[in-house]
Amino acid sequence: MKSITKQKPFDEIKEQLDRFDRVYITGCGTCATMTRTGGREEVMDMKGRLEELGKLVTGSTVIPTACDEMTEVAISEDKGAIQNANCILVMACVLGVHRVSLYIDKPVIPALDTLFIGVEDSPGDFREVCAQCGQCVLGETAGICPLTACHKGLLNGPCGGTNNGKCEVDREKDCAWTLIYQRLEAQGRLDLMRKYHAPRNSNVTLSPRMIKITSQA
Amino acid sequence: MAPSFREILNSGNFVVTSEIGPPKGTNIEKMLHHIDLLKDKVAALNVTDHQSSVMRFPSLGGCLAIKERGGDPILQMTCRDRNRLALQAELLIAYTRGIRNVLCLTGDAVPVGDHKEAKGVFDLDSVQLLRAIRQMESGKDLGGNDLDGAVEFCAGAIVTPEARPIEPQLIKFEKKVESGAEFFQTQAVYDLDNFAEFMQYARKFPVKILAGIVLLVSARMARYMNENVPGIFVPQYLIDELASAPKGEAVNRGIEIAGQMIATLKKESLCDGVHIMAIGREELVPEIMEVAGLSSSKSQT
Repeated sequence: MKSITKQKPFDEIKEQLDRFDRVYITGCGTCATMTRTGGREEVMDMKGRLEELGKLVTGSTVIPTACDEMTEVAISEDKGAIQNANCILVMACVLGVHRVSLYIDKPVIPALDTLFIGVEDSPGDFREVCAQCGQCVLGETAGICPLTACHKGLLNGPCGGTNNGKCEVDREKDCAWTLIYQRLEAQGRLDLMRKYHAPRNSNVTLSPRMIKITSQA
Repeated sequence: MAPSFREILNSGNFVVTSEIGPPKGTNIEKMLHHIDLLKDKVAALNVTDHQSSVMRFPSLGGCLAIKERGGDPILQMTCRDRNRLALQAELLIAYTRGIRNVLCLTGDAVPVGDHKEAKGVFDLDSVQLLRAIRQMESGKDLGGNDLDGAVEFCAGAIVTPEARPIEPQLIKFEKKVESGAEFFQTQAVYDLDNFAEFMQYARKFPVKILAGIVLLVSARMARYMNENVPGIFVPQYLIDELASAPKGEAVNRGIEIAGQMIATLKKESLCDGVHIMAIGREELVPEIMEVAGLSSSKSQT
């Protein structure tokens, strides 16, 4: 699983930092490093840009995996610099922002927008593969998620907007149902495409979603 | 009493429907004019539901106007803008106001329209919406609760005979049939050989097929549709024909093409009827029907 992020427009970051003159920056050594949005290089680049704005960057770190509990340890190692700052700019996905805000009682500002959970098809090409709906249908759709890969999230086959295997919203995007059809046909499982899927349960896990896992079912 | 749309569909006569595009705004004069012009000439009139995801006066509002003026409306319902509560609620209003025909569609994607940042709903899809109607007819809502007064609709859907690849579309077509679709209005057809092939397949199913006829008003429009509208293919010879028309005459050539096509479909009994879409030029529908040799009465012979 990878959290795919994109850096916020610099003007927005600037505006959010407007009232703070001393900033501590944290990046993330995992997903945000892979997406080149919050690795060492990007953190250094941000440091330079903030200094150009006249901010004092009191310190910076790239937490190995900003979403896990080791973040607390990583942060404690740079206590002085953090103490000296009046806000923390987090160049990680929302999970990292969330973690950091648990451990530091100072304003936490996200520098990135978290876009989706996805995979990297080729260097720099990221694609969403799961919408975390809680009712996985991949077993019946040849491993391609219609909820995620179809713009409309259709469960019962393609809409009329498909054109030569492409989607009506963007000619660069494949029609999920054309792909599903081709793969099911190749597997000799086209009968699955004829199966009726009832309306989805949008509340499989009641929002705000949380769960206590007590034993393996 | 005038025969219902379902009775007309099952009469064995060649059925003609057309559609009304509601305005963006509260000036409904033109829409009412189109309704008055067409309501007695066709078996039933569709009203589009924010066509191409462009916000407009709603289908339900247009259908009520058709009812008030003595016509028979076909309520177009897309799944784009309403969740299952809102869709069912709208069906309840429609039924109580005498609307008896519904066309179930997925709906165009939000980003192709004029409110690109809006949230697309798609809580149901077209197949599920057809089943929702049949369930409500049994007196239960989608939550399994009793309705105090059920609905009854002649329910239809759409199919795109020119889509490529066609097989996934045909599987969906069959799902719609199994889910209770009684009639289909197709996406625009221009290649009658391809359409005949589709009909040979579709004839196996107990549904009525109305071929979609979209009026071509210029060679430019035809090229645009080929480029931009999924599932529409205007053959080159028709584009040439429109392009060769003298200035200002292309629209008449388009009327001729549409009328002749309808006449051929009827003469060769290729399908059960046609659905004429003039897209903003509804006042030309009677001329198309005239070229096609269709009498101006609700039940064609």
